[in-house]
Amino acid sequence: MIQQVDNPVLEVHDLTVSYDKKPVLWGIDLTIPKGSLVGIIGPNGAGKSTLIKSIMGLIPLGSGYTELFGASLDQVRNKVSYVPQRGSVDWDFPASVRDVVLMGRYGKLGLFRRPKKADHEAAMTALGQVSMELYVNRQISQLSGGQQQRVFLARALAQQADIYFLDEPFAGVDAATEEAIITLLRKMSEEGKTVIVVHHDLQSVETYFNWVIMLNTRLVASGPTSEVFNQRLLQETYGGKLTLLSEVGNLLKKGQFPNRETAP
Amino acid sequence: MNELYIIIAGSMVAISCGLLGCYLILRKMAMVGDAISHAVLPGIVIAFLLAGNRDSITMLLGAGLIGVFTTFLIEFLHRKGNLQSDASIGVTFTWLFALGVILISVYAGQVDLDQDCVLYGEIAYVPLDLWILRDGTNLGPRTLYVLSFVLLFVLIFIAVGYKELFLTTFDPAYAAAIGISATLWHYLLMGAVSFTTVAAFESVGAILVVALLIAPPATAYLLTDDLKKMLMITAGLGVVISTFGYYLAASIDASIAGAMSTVAGLLFALVFLFSPSHGLIFKTRTRNAIASSRATTD
Repeated sequence: MIQQVDNPVLEVHDLTVSYDKKPVLWGIDLTIPKGSLVGIIGPNGAGKSTLIKSIMGLIPLGSGYTELFGASLDQVRNKVSYVPQRGSVDWDFPASVRDVVLMGRYGKLGLFRRPKKADHEAAMTALGQVSMELYVNRQISQLSGGQQQRVFLARALAQQADIYFLDEPFAGVDAATEEAIITLLRKMSEEGKTVIVVHHDLQSVETYFNWVIMLNTRLVASGPTSEVFNQRLLQETYGGKLTLLSEVGNLLKKGQFPNRETAP
Repeated sequence: MNELYIIIAGSMVAISCGLLGCYLILRKMAMVGDAISHAVLPGIVIAFLLAGNRDSITMLLGAGLIGVFTTFLIEFLHRKGNLQSDASIGVTFTWLFALGVILISVYAGQVDLDQDCVLYGEIAYVPLDLWILRDGTNLGPRTLYVLSFVLLFVLIFIAVGYKELFLTTFDPAYAAAIGISATLWHYLLMGAVSFTTVAAFESVGAILVVALLIAPPATAYLLTDDLKKMLMITAGLGVVISTFGYYLAASIDASIAGAMSTVAGLLFALVFLFSPSHGLIFKTRTRNAIASSRATTD
C-alpha cells in the first residue's frame, strides 16, 4: 500500500539504484508530507541506507529522480541535513566536539570564510538540544557511542535545515540517548520539520513514527503508521527470510514485536 | 653560511611536506607521497626527451603532470576497479617507475640521466647551485627560492582550504551531502602533494621527502588530539629534524638526508614511547595503575 500525498516535501520518482549490476532499489515511487516523522524499515540489504544516500546525491542513480520541496537537491541544499551512520567516520580523528558541530555551518559559510560568532552560537544551541553543552571542548576520541551519535545529530541541527535524514541513529546507543533523540525528533516534527530515519527496531516503530516506509529492494508500503504497519505488509517486507517471518508473525499474534531485528 | 642554507632548505621541505603529510596520514593515504616520488620518473624522462635539456622547469612540469596522473590512476583503480587503496597505490607506482627505468635504458645513449640523479637529489649541493644574475649579482642558492615558493603555496592552500580539507578528510559523505565536493578536494590535495614532492625532491632527494611527508605528522599525531596543534607541532618538528639532522651528519661525516631521516625516525620512537597521552609507557603505566587499584579494592 503506497499512499501518495499532494504538495510533498520529498518526492522519489521511479528510482532505481544498483551496485555492480545487482539492483538495490527498484522502481521506488513515494511522496512524504511535511512535518512527518518517518521510519524506513526493511531487512538487512533492503536498500534503506541506499535510499537516503541517493536522495542526498551520494550515489549515482540508475534511473528516476528525487525532489525536495519541489526542487532539485542543489537548489535547496541549505534546507536539507544528513546524519551518516556513526561508524562511517574515524572517531580517533584529532577534532573536538566543537569542531565537528561547527562543520554543520560550513555549507552556509562557503570558501574563504571562517565560522563567526553566529555560527558558534548556532553550534552551542544545537549541542544544548542534545544535552552535550558540557562536552564542547572534549576530544571526539573520548566520547561514548551514545555521545558520538548526539554530536552527529547536533552537527545536523546546527545546519538549521527543514528536512533531516538520519541513517540508523539508534544503532548501538544507550537507552537514555535513544529516549533523548526520539524526544528531540518528535519536537522537531511538531515544529513542522520533516524527519526521515532508517530504523531497525520493529518494536518501537508504532510509538516513534507517524509515517512508515517499508522497503525490500522494491517499495512495499509507504503511508501513515496506523494504516501500513500490519502483519500482512510486514510479511511482505520481510518475506523470504522464513525464520524471521514466522518469528515476526508469532510476535504479532501475541501483540508484541521483537526487540531487535535479528539476523536470519 | 653554507650550513645555514642547508638547514633552511631542509626546514622548508620539512614544513611543506609535513603539513600536507598530516592530511595524508589522516586520510590513511600515507604511501601516496612515496608512490608519487617514484612514479614521476617517466615524466622526467619524457620531459627531457621532448625538451632535450635538463632545465629544471621542464623537468618539474613533466614530473608534476605524471604526479597528478598517478593520483588519478590510484583513485580510478580504487573506485572503479574496487581495488583496495594500498593495492592500487602499489600497482600504479611500480609500473610507472618501471616504465621510467625502461625509457632510460632504451634511450641511454641520448639521455644524460640516470635513476640516481633523478631520485636522489642531494641536499648538500644546495649552497653550490647559486642564482647569479647577468650582471654578476649573487642572489644566493636557487633552491631556496624554489622551496620558499613551495612553502608559501602550501601555506596558502591550507589556510584557504582549511575548513574544506578538515571536513572532507573527517567525513567525506557528509561533506558531499552539504555540497562540498570531497572528490574535488581530494584531487586538490593530491595535486598539492604531487607538486610539493616533485619540487622538493629535485632539490633534496626523494628519500628525505618521503620521510618528511610521514614521520613528523605521525609523531605529531601521537602528541595531540587537535588538528591545528598537529599542524603546528609538525612544522616545529620539521625545523628540529633539519637542524639536528645537519649537525649529526656533520659530526659523523655522513649523508645529510640520511641523518635528517634518522633524526625524524628517532623523534618518532621517543614520542611513541614517552608521549604523555598516547605513549606506550604512559599507557602501560595507566593500565597497571588501574589494575593495582582494582586489586586493592577487591
